[in-house]
Amino acid sequence: MTISFGNPDRPNSYIGKTVPRPNAPRLVQGRGKYVDDIVLPRMAHVVFVRSPHAHARIGAIETAEAQGVKGVLRIFTGAEIAEVCTPWVAVLAHLKGLKSPPQHALAVDRTCWVGEPVAAVVATSRAAAEEAAALVDVDYTPLPAVTDMMTALDAATPVLHPDMGDNLAFRRLHEEGDVDAAFASAHKVVEARFKTARHTGVTLEPRSILVDWNPAEGQMTAWHATQAPHMMQTVFAKHLDLPEGRVRVICDDVGGSYGIKVHVYPDEVATAAIARIMARPVKFVADRLESFTTDIHARDHEIGGRIAVDADGKILAMDIDDWTAIGAYSVYPRTSAIEGNQVVNLCGGPYDFAHYRAQTSVVFQNKTPTCQYRAVGHPIAVAVTEGLVDMAAAAIGMDPVEIRRRNMYADDAYPVTSPAKMRFEGLSHHASMDKLMALMDYEGLRAEQAALREKGIHRGIGIASFIELTNPSPFMYGIGGARISAQDGCTVRMDPDGSIVALSGVTEQGQGTEAMLAQIVAEGVGVPPARVRVITGDTQVTPYGGGTWASRGAGIGGEAALQSALALKASILEVAGAMLQAPSEALDIRDGQVVDTATGEARMPLEELGRIVYFRGDTLPKGLPRELVQTRHFITSDYPFAFTNGVQASYLEVDTDTGEVKLLKHWCVEDCGRIINPQLVDEQIRGGIVQGLGGALYEEIHYDADGQLLNGSMADYLVPMAAEMPDMIVGHVETPTMESALGAKGAGEAGTAGAPAAVMNAINDALRPMGAQVTAMPFTPERILRAMGQIED
Amino acid sequence: MKALAGGYARAKDVAHALDLLAAADGMGRVLAGGQSLIAAMNMRLSTGDMLVDISRIEALRGVTVEGGTLRIGALTRHVDIGTDPLVAEHAPLLVQAVHHIAHAAIRNRGTIGGSLAHADPAAEFPACVLALGGTIHLQGPDGMRAVAAEDFFVDVFETAIAEGEILTAITLPLIEPGERHVLIETARRSGDYALAGLCLVKRAAGHRLSAFSVGPRPILAVAAMERLDAGDAAGAVQALRNEIDPPSDTQASAAYRRHLAGVLLTRALQDLTGETA
Amino acid sequence: MTEAFRDRIDIALTVNGEPVEARVPAGRHLVDFLRLDLGLTGAHAGCEHGVCGACTIQVDGQAVRGCLMLAAQADGAEVWTLEGLTEQGVIRDLQDAFVARNALQCGYCTPGMLASIKELLDMGGVPDRATIREHLSGNYCRCTGYEAIIDAVETVAQARAGRITA
Repeated sequence: MTISFGNPDRPNSYIGKTVPRPNAPRLVQGRGKYVDDIVLPRMAHVVFVRSPHAHARIGAIETAEAQGVKGVLRIFTGAEIAEVCTPWVAVLAHLKGLKSPPQHALAVDRTCWVGEPVAAVVATSRAAAEEAAALVDVDYTPLPAVTDMMTALDAATPVLHPDMGDNLAFRRLHEEGDVDAAFASAHKVVEARFKTARHTGVTLEPRSILVDWNPAEGQMTAWHATQAPHMMQTVFAKHLDLPEGRVRVICDDVGGSYGIKVHVYPDEVATAAIARIMARPVKFVADRLESFTTDIHARDHEIGGRIAVDADGKILAMDIDDWTAIGAYSVYPRTSAIEGNQVVNLCGGPYDFAHYRAQTSVVFQNKTPTCQYRAVGHPIAVAVTEGLVDMAAAAIGMDPVEIRRRNMYADDAYPVTSPAKMRFEGLSHHASMDKLMALMDYEGLRAEQAALREKGIHRGIGIASFIELTNPSPFMYGIGGARISAQDGCTVRMDPDGSIVALSGVTEQGQGTEAMLAQIVAEGVGVPPARVRVITGDTQVTPYGGGTWASRGAGIGGEAALQSALALKASILEVAGAMLQAPSEALDIRDGQVVDTATGEARMPLEELGRIVYFRGDTLPKGLPRELVQTRHFITSDYPFAFTNGVQASYLEVDTDTGEVKLLKHWCVEDCGRIINPQLVDEQIRGGIVQGLGGALYEEIHYDADGQLLNGSMADYLVPMAAEMPDMIVGHVETPTMESALGAKGAGEAGTAGAPAAVMNAINDALRPMGAQVTAMPFTPERILRAMGQIED
Repeated sequence: MKALAGGYARAKDVAHALDLLAAADGMGRVLAGGQSLIAAMNMRLSTGDMLVDISRIEALRGVTVEGGTLRIGALTRHVDIGTDPLVAEHAPLLVQAVHHIAHAAIRNRGTIGGSLAHADPAAEFPACVLALGGTIHLQGPDGMRAVAAEDFFVDVFETAIAEGEILTAITLPLIEPGERHVLIETARRSGDYALAGLCLVKRAAGHRLSAFSVGPRPILAVAAMERLDAGDAAGAVQALRNEIDPPSDTQASAAYRRHLAGVLLTRALQDLTGETA
Repeated sequence: MTEAFRDRIDIALTVNGEPVEARVPAGRHLVDFLRLDLGLTGAHAGCEHGVCGACTIQVDGQAVRGCLMLAAQADGAEVWTLEGLTEQGVIRDLQDAFVARNALQCGYCTPGMLASIKELLDMGGVPDRATIREHLSGNYCRCTGYEAIIDAVETVAQARAGRITA
């Protein structure tokens, strides 16, 4: 069965329409169910004693005074937790050479970053546990800390993990063509150094987990704010030595994830270990201060880049030298080498050129570990690529749009393999650029910019084309040995009243997964979306799946839902055919009714069919299949990833006296293939853009030379707020993937991928007449004035 | 984190509050709007405080003109200062300040007395009161005393309030004909503490200029004031940059703040001139 | 400790129109009291230092930070949370607009956001977008990028104004 997506008047045409989210009314009425909202009988609270040192040997841990605080139940050291919980090593076989030492749930001998959990206090209330935690006396012997990225490999720098030999966690060099020759013969070579700041996700709901262990049933249940319940099931089972089938992970409402909640955190595993030991429910909810030191960080990169162009603006070669410092451990199980690896994979992404060299060097240091965070590596690669392309355009006196048009892969060039060896099935760079130009009235804006410049008003227009990696196959993690499912499944069943229940392995983090699945299932079966109830986030209930990451929910989970829905429809029609004495091919289901396909005449409501199947099965022919439940799984196989593309533009004004940037407007045209719910896609794009704008203008984790985090509060780590953010115009081009009937690719990361580059290019566009240029994010007022030579130290 | 308070008591009146403070063995802490104190308690930057909640003492709230001054009760909330007609008439500088202070929900509870007593060097109200030449009224076990704003702010979070005293009111001179006020600041985001800010008051007798977020306390920029009185705008900018000693932190360096203060002064002067025109 | 100071304080207040009496620890902030003692989990403790706005609730008719007010200070107060406002139906149009415009994703900021918006809308008139953005500048949302929220508020303000003049 196929769906004629081209016909908007087809029956049950819910795919492609804006349908409200079924879970939204609950959330606007204060009826959400986040982990911290759950209270269980005998529930205890755990608070962690965290290292105040970036690097220190752990001596005696004195707990007597803490034990005396009213309400304290038990205090655990790392050694005690290690008796029930094995350490993990975060490497993947396909990331050759990646190394990382074993990491314990609680540090045992040595602590390696400020905030690493060292001991755990369990009490009857969070307040009592905090009071006691402050009284736990740990004898630390400070060790030299490694805190500078670019000197991490110098001989004079101490080796953070002596067993590892050096501070290099991972290095990959990719080379295609003859890069040196291309640079040697180029008309123009432009070179720059870029910095992206260390970020963290700042999910409004802090990391949260509530774990219960019932020894009588031999069952562990974890209510967990996570993106990947099945992955966590495996992790808890493996490291606490439980059968996987005896661990249940439930993920109700989650207050924001963005990649932060897809990793294994030592304090969360420790919580599960403590529940196992104490045989009672234990809750851990990070407070905001520990979020800053213990949620994963990301994007801490310094990149040297060079681009070679000919006199016509054709890109001849790119040469990228990326460095990143990941903290003390590679993060389990996805590893912390992926971000640097993505920079290698994604630089130059939109452009048809031949000679490409990129290397990433991933080093250890005594800071909070970094790992995958929304748009992993994309904002970095796009900023470097688009920054260089703009600089090359300026160097040869070409308009930034024109140089892109001359280099982007032609819309009819696909399939094609990039110099980074990425395979593109079908992209639409030119169509997207055309649409952007029309949406923003590029020529008009340029005229306005020029007129205002005459009056001393400095505005800038920045363009950033990009590609986005979505719908990952096992090539992302599975081939490296991680038990992370790239496949996803959906079970769809019809109940006696004709209503439909869909159980999916992808999860809802607020992006609208459940609405998207409801639409697909509704169209696939032939019922209104309101008759579909979607259930996600329970390993004991849903088909096995990967959850939410790498923009896979719609493309992978959506296709599984479509196929299971179509299979259910076929089952229903087989029964209907027997009941109505009609060939099932002549019947269809529309709006909850079995109808004649040809005439649309109603033959039987689904609730009547349900009544017969479930309660009067005796009246149906013996042997008639009557399976009103169907499960299908989907995995991509033709391409390792489904790439999408898009282009963003920023229009802003720079105050050249104070260095302040005012964002005036932002545009994004993107191509995520088949759009299932236009509103949800647009809002993913907008939210993603603002996350990228935060990186461009505000967000930066600061450490001092000793590894102390300096701005670990929301007053000091600046996130984008409503007053400074612009309105955003979003447009689409649709190039469905041929890998699935649905044709959907991902849209969750496009906004974040391109926004920082667009802002950087816009600022530099504004500053160019003054001979200034910024390349280190965030672009603070001070950095802008320094680039202009306005600050005297 | 969860706050760990030593104890709490609600004062019925000022005398009761003073008794409570006296009984607190040096651990007494006056709780007014709580918008800074409770945040600090929640971060465990302050533990074991014996909280003396004065927020229900009605006598400490409200704005009046008496004895030729504008009297603002210590518990007058930011939101009320922003809408009070007497403040609008006599101290428009404070109204301008309100729009820069934090966010609506904070302004609904934060009090001017609390802001002055907290003495955050980046806060607007202390600099306003300094620029306006205000007087801070304190009441203690030994009675009442008045402290000039110039003498009130001592250091970061440190004022002339003695142990056991409570800030009860602020008085400001009534506005004179032709007097003008400008508050100007640059913050990273709306409601953030300023990277630097200035309060400029122009009276017949001359200019008064205070600067905030450029040192351990709000400062009266006397050298710049002297240049302004002499009609030397460029000299005033230079003098201001010379007489401040701003901090460096994760938001900006001292050098940036020094530069910014000069830019802000130029703009504040343009604002004054613009009003004249 | 003197007689006057207490580390447990007796309070009597109304929450969502219902009288409540309780004994609270001196340091417990109001949003913890609502969540832990009364089971009103609509408002969230997002940062507990007054910056994120997730705990914003209505006290004596004004929007306040639930984490920057002690439960002890709420003695005699009239407190409304999203649960109560929902029951009263006083922001139903706003809630409907949020759903229709998808002005929420994870929903964690939404209760605080709605409390802040209610205060703005109660002032009457049709605020422009910059005014709406400014009024919400103390409510953090990581998901939406804010624009859908601004749209929803603008729509409701316009609709309410239309209803008044009609």
